[in-house]
Amino acid sequence: MNDFVNGFWPIWISTITLGGIAFCVGLLIFASRVKVPLDSDNTNGHEWDGIKEMNNPLPMWWVGLFIITVIFGLTYLYLFPGLGTYNGKFGWTGVKQYEVEVAKNNEKIAPLYAKYAAMPVEEVAKIPEARDIGKRIFLNNCAACHGSDAKGSRGFPNLTDTDWLYGGSPERIKETITGGRIGMMPPMAAAVGSEEDVKNVANYVLSLSGSIHDSGRANAGKDKFVVCAACHGPEGKGNQMIGAPNLSDNTWLHGQGEAAIIKRIHEGKTNQMPAWQEKFSPEQIHLLTAYVWGLSNK
Amino acid sequence: MQNATVKAATYNDTVVRQFAIMAVVWGVVGTLMGVIIASQLVWPELNLGLPFTSFGRLRPLHTNAVIFAFGGCALFATSYYVVQRTCQTRLFSDKLASFTFWGWQAVIVAAAISLPLGYTQGKEYGELEWPIDILIAIVWISYAIVFFGTIGIRKVKHIYVANWFYGAFILAVALLHIVESAAIPAGWFKSYSAYAGVQDAMVQWWYGHNAVGFFLTAGFLGMMYYFVPKQAERPVYSYSLSIVHFWALIFTYMWAGPHHLHYTALPDWTQSLGMVLSLILFAPSWGGMINGIMTLSGAWHKLRTDPILRFLIVSLSFYGMSTFEGPMMAIKTVNALSHYTDWTVGHVHSGALGWVGFISIGSLYFLIPRLFGQKTMYSVKAIEVHFWMATIGVVLYIAALWISGVMEGLMWRAMNADGTLAYTFVESVKAKFPYYFTRALGGFLYMSGLVIMLWNTYKTATNGKPATVEVPAVVAHA
Repeated sequence: MNDFVNGFWPIWISTITLGGIAFCVGLLIFASRVKVPLDSDNTNGHEWDGIKEMNNPLPMWWVGLFIITVIFGLTYLYLFPGLGTYNGKFGWTGVKQYEVEVAKNNEKIAPLYAKYAAMPVEEVAKIPEARDIGKRIFLNNCAACHGSDAKGSRGFPNLTDTDWLYGGSPERIKETITGGRIGMMPPMAAAVGSEEDVKNVANYVLSLSGSIHDSGRANAGKDKFVVCAACHGPEGKGNQMIGAPNLSDNTWLHGQGEAAIIKRIHEGKTNQMPAWQEKFSPEQIHLLTAYVWGLSNK
Repeated sequence: MQNATVKAATYNDTVVRQFAIMAVVWGVVGTLMGVIIASQLVWPELNLGLPFTSFGRLRPLHTNAVIFAFGGCALFATSYYVVQRTCQTRLFSDKLASFTFWGWQAVIVAAAISLPLGYTQGKEYGELEWPIDILIAIVWISYAIVFFGTIGIRKVKHIYVANWFYGAFILAVALLHIVESAAIPAGWFKSYSAYAGVQDAMVQWWYGHNAVGFFLTAGFLGMMYYFVPKQAERPVYSYSLSIVHFWALIFTYMWAGPHHLHYTALPDWTQSLGMVLSLILFAPSWGGMINGIMTLSGAWHKLRTDPILRFLIVSLSFYGMSTFEGPMMAIKTVNALSHYTDWTVGHVHSGALGWVGFISIGSLYFLIPRLFGQKTMYSVKAIEVHFWMATIGVVLYIAALWISGVMEGLMWRAMNADGTLAYTFVESVKAKFPYYFTRALGGFLYMSGLVIMLWNTYKTATNGKPATVEVPAVVAHA
């Protein structure tokens, strides 16, 4: 890929780089050769507010240091890209270095993962070494949302219980990790009806899990729950095919209580888990799946 | 008529006094902000849960206050003093000089209000929004007119080396500031950078590194070239060395910016040039240190008794240390470890607290008594105490961050045999706790030293009165 819009710029860059370095060397030569007439006190006769200047020669170790850095610099610019479009003797690029290092590492770790890739997730989850690898992948990548104890927090599901939005089978977990999930509940207030209806439905939802609720309102809201049942099911048990949460248990991902439920009915909710297939190989996802599955299947 | 003649025969030290005092005041304020944010890293509760007191807003306030308020005022004060003394003439324009003082203070106050409110361009060391940027540009151009105007009417033939450095600093900062701040306004408090993507990043670090190179190095070398020989009462070591290192430094510094963007989307060739010229910068940087320290040859014994000279010489040691460290950190393989870690923060502070801080403090201790018609500061003992507090403070600070930086760099890259990272990010944060505490303690000591200086300055000023100094008769010399 060419970084330059036309052929002038690489020449311009090379010229001022090399010209500038030559200028530095020229300065050194000039300063070592030039003779400054000195007075008897070893100063050059200039004086400013009582400050005089001597003209001691440049310290040789310092000149040597300067020249070493120049030689290093020029050698580097010969070996590596630097002077415009010149690619350097080694043909090195940052991208190539990255690819080589990644490939080398992948090759090194491949046998380790291959061993487990052939085994079913349930088996892998029983092997401590495999669980540790999965745990390390989890801690460095998943813990940011799900917590280092995998118990999640508001908006981020707990992975250690048996309540699954999209299913807790090894296949479903693997699918979730690989492709990510986008859970979407639309704002439902208009479909439910009036503000009173919304409040009644919220109380009906609370009654499903036996939470504290107003039973009069819950009864009144039961009929209106029909619109919710399309996703959450007639008994509010949810639907793992589309990630609709079970409303009859006591897991409240986005907040508990009447006010929180009313808010969800009004605003809906979109919640996303990113896809990891770009970052991890299928073998790594296999181990991660085993770790996550193992959290609730001891 | 007669009045005018009298006036023309004295130096304008009013503006020098104003800047010198404000340098001390902003020094305390700026380091206090530093101590606050360093403490927030140890005890996050100190963010207080308010947006204005959160780390993200106070951190740019700290950097702007120490660099531009403290460092800037010290540079204005000393450059106005030095250019008059070494040109043997009064400042080119009193009115414009006075404008630079009030204009610069207005910039500082505007920064102190707008940054905590969250108005920022999001560019490191160039956070201030566009109306403030325009004020900075106007003040800076006025500064250039006063400075170069004074050089223009000088009564001595040669221009002293301190003025080369001050001049380079003023010109380069004008260029850097105007190019970096180019933006499209979107209302009074918001703007968008004129550059996009990797070009924007490159302009940012071309500016950012040269803020270090020209603001924090060239300017303070100007200070060094006057106050070290004055306080040591020795001639400058080598005229030739000053020529070589001045021109080589001015040329190479401009190229060093890309080393802040190693292993990023910046093209490989740009990264290489940044690294190579950062390395070549090593010797030119050390030229200034050699010229400063060797100026003391024949007067080493003065270090035992003179705490001001000690500030000046220790500053040169820190300068040498950080200008060795800098080129090393610019090497890509070293940078791969040091980048994004506390090592960088430690490196900057060995330069900022050790070099910039010490040289300014030493120079101000020289300057302040003279500005108030006194022979010495009110308490020389207090200077001594300040010296040791500042030195211990810097050493604690940088040692803590070296350890912490190298440690976290190693933790981030450590891998298990299975290709996973050995440590999670939060583990590296947790491991830094004791070093963050030590750093905050070092910073607190450094700030406390400046508080003593503020007291000493107040006592010196109130014990004396503003002095008027006559321009001496011009000595003819070769």
